[in-house]
Amino acid sequence: MDKNIIYLDNAATTRTLPEAVEAMLPWFSERYGNASSIYAMGAESKKKIEQVREQIAGTLHVSPREIYFTAGGSESDNWALVAAAESYADKGRHIITSKIEHHAVLHTCQYLEKRGFEVTYVDVDGDGILRPEELEEAIRPDTILISVMFANNEIGTLQPIEEIGRIARKRGILFHTDAVQAYGHVPIDAQALAIDMLSASGHKLGGPKGIGFLYIRDGLKLRSFVHGGAQERGRRAGTENVPGIAGLGAAVEAAFTHMQEREERIRQLRDYLIERIEREIPFCRLNGHRTRRLPGNVNFCFRFIEGESLLIMLDMKGICASSGSACTSGSLDPSHVLLAIGLPHEIAHGSLRLSLSGENTRQEMDRTVEAIKEIVEKLRRMSPLYEDFLKEENLKEEETCTAKR
Amino acid sequence: MYSEKVMDHFSNPRNMGEIENASGVGTVGNAKCGDIMRIYLDIDEGHVIRECKFKTFGCGAAVATSSMATELVKGKTIQEAMAVTNQAVMEALDGLPPVKVHCSLLAEEAIHAALWDYAQKNGIEIEGLKKPRSDIHEDEQAAEEY
Repeated sequence: MDKNIIYLDNAATTRTLPEAVEAMLPWFSERYGNASSIYAMGAESKKKIEQVREQIAGTLHVSPREIYFTAGGSESDNWALVAAAESYADKGRHIITSKIEHHAVLHTCQYLEKRGFEVTYVDVDGDGILRPEELEEAIRPDTILISVMFANNEIGTLQPIEEIGRIARKRGILFHTDAVQAYGHVPIDAQALAIDMLSASGHKLGGPKGIGFLYIRDGLKLRSFVHGGAQERGRRAGTENVPGIAGLGAAVEAAFTHMQEREERIRQLRDYLIERIEREIPFCRLNGHRTRRLPGNVNFCFRFIEGESLLIMLDMKGICASSGSACTSGSLDPSHVLLAIGLPHEIAHGSLRLSLSGENTRQEMDRTVEAIKEIVEKLRRMSPLYEDFLKEENLKEEETCTAKR
Repeated sequence: MYSEKVMDHFSNPRNMGEIENASGVGTVGNAKCGDIMRIYLDIDEGHVIRECKFKTFGCGAAVATSSMATELVKGKTIQEAMAVTNQAVMEALDGLPPVKVHCSLLAEEAIHAALWDYAQKNGIEIEGLKKPRSDIHEDEQAAEEY
C-alpha cells in the first residue's frame, strides 16, 4: 500500500493483519486436508477449526458448540433471520427490527415479508439509538424474533443491547444481534446480555474476507442454512474455509489482546478529529450519539455539498473514506440510517464517514482535517445551495440593519 | 468508475461561477435527490452565447457534465446550443457509468432552462425549446415506482 494513503474506512473493511495472513498460509498448500477426512492431514484441519471455535467462544463467554462458521456477516444475518422465522413460524409470524439495520438484515426482513411474515421496523431517536420502551410496545403475542444491531455501521451508535436482551428473554422472544461492527472492538458477553444469536465478520477486525460466524445459543431449534454435509454440526454444509478460520483466529487473538488500551487510543483520535472538524468547519453536524458510539466511528454532514464529490476529492489526496449519499448507493435516496435519525434528504446527501483503526495516527487526523476543510470550501464555492443561502443571509442582514435604523 | 475526461472536468471544472445580470439563468434538479445545476448565460444581440457559467451541487458526474455542457455551448448561437444534447455531453466526456446518465440529462435540462429564461425575458421563441421541467427526477421516480 502507498505509504501516503490515509485509510479511514475500517467500517467497510480492515487491513488484514500480518499475523492473520501468516496464520493462514500453512493451510493453503501445506496442510490442505479436508477437515472431514479420516487421515492425519484432515484431522489437523479439524483440530485448527475447533481451536479457533473455542477461542471465539471464549471471547463471547459461550460454549464452542454454539459457534458456527459462515462466509461472513451477511450470511450470518441471513441465516439467523430466515432460519429463526421458518423454524418458529408455528409460534407466530411477527418480527421486530430497527430502521437502521444493515441491508443484510433489512432486505432479509423484506424477503420474509414476501413469505407471509410481518415485520415492525422500530424508530430510533435523533442520535440513532433505539428506545427500549418503543421496542416493548411493538411486541405482539405472535412476535417470534427481535433483531437489533449491536452498533450501527454508519453512525456508530451502540444500541441498548442489555435492555433489549432482557425484554426479549422476559417475553420469550428470540433475540438476534448483528455485531459485525462491534465484535472485536467492544466487549460482548453474549450470556449476560441474553443474546440468542449473534453475527460477526472476520474482515472488520483485521481478519480475512469471506469468513465470519453465527453464534446460536444452545437449545435453539434452528434449521440448517446450507444443505449438503455434516459440517458445523449439520447446520452449515460446505468444506470448511480452514485458511479463513485460521486467519480469523489470529485476528481475534490480536483484537482481544489489549482491546481496552487500543480502543481507548482510537477513541481519543476520534474525539480529536470530531473536535477539530466541529471547530474549524462551519455548517457541519455530527451524526450519531457523541459518546454512545463505536470508538472508531466519526460521521458528519456538511451542508450544501454532496458526499460523492467529497469522497473523490479526498481520494485524490490519498484519503479513503465513505459516504451515505445517494450517489454512493446507486439509488436516488441517501442512507436510510441518516433519514431515520431525522435528517432531511439534502443534508443527508452531504455525509462523510471516517472509521478509524489502531493503525491511524494523530498526524493523519491533522492531514485529514486540512483536506476536508479545503475540499468543503471548494465544493461550497461550486454549490448553488450555498449561493442561495448566502444571498438569503445577506438579505436578512440588510433587513435587520434597516430595521435598526 | 469515471473516465479520465470526467475526472479532469470534475477536478478542474471549466466555467464554474456566476454571471451577474445574466441574460438567462436556469436551475434544475432537486436537493432531495442530491443534485442541482444552475446555468448562467450571457447572450449578445446576435443570439450568440458569449459567456456561460455554472454552479452545481452534486456528485462527480454532475459537476463534470455541467462543466462540459458549458464548454459545449460557449460561443454557439442559441439555436446551435439547442443541439447540445445529453448524448453530446456524454460523448464529449468519453461516457458515463449507467447510473450517472441522469446527470447528463440534468445538464441538458439546465441549459434549456437558462435558454427558456432568456427567451421569456426577451419575448422570443426558440425553435424546439419547451418549458423546462423544474425537476427531472419526477419521471425517474415515477419510472422506478412503476
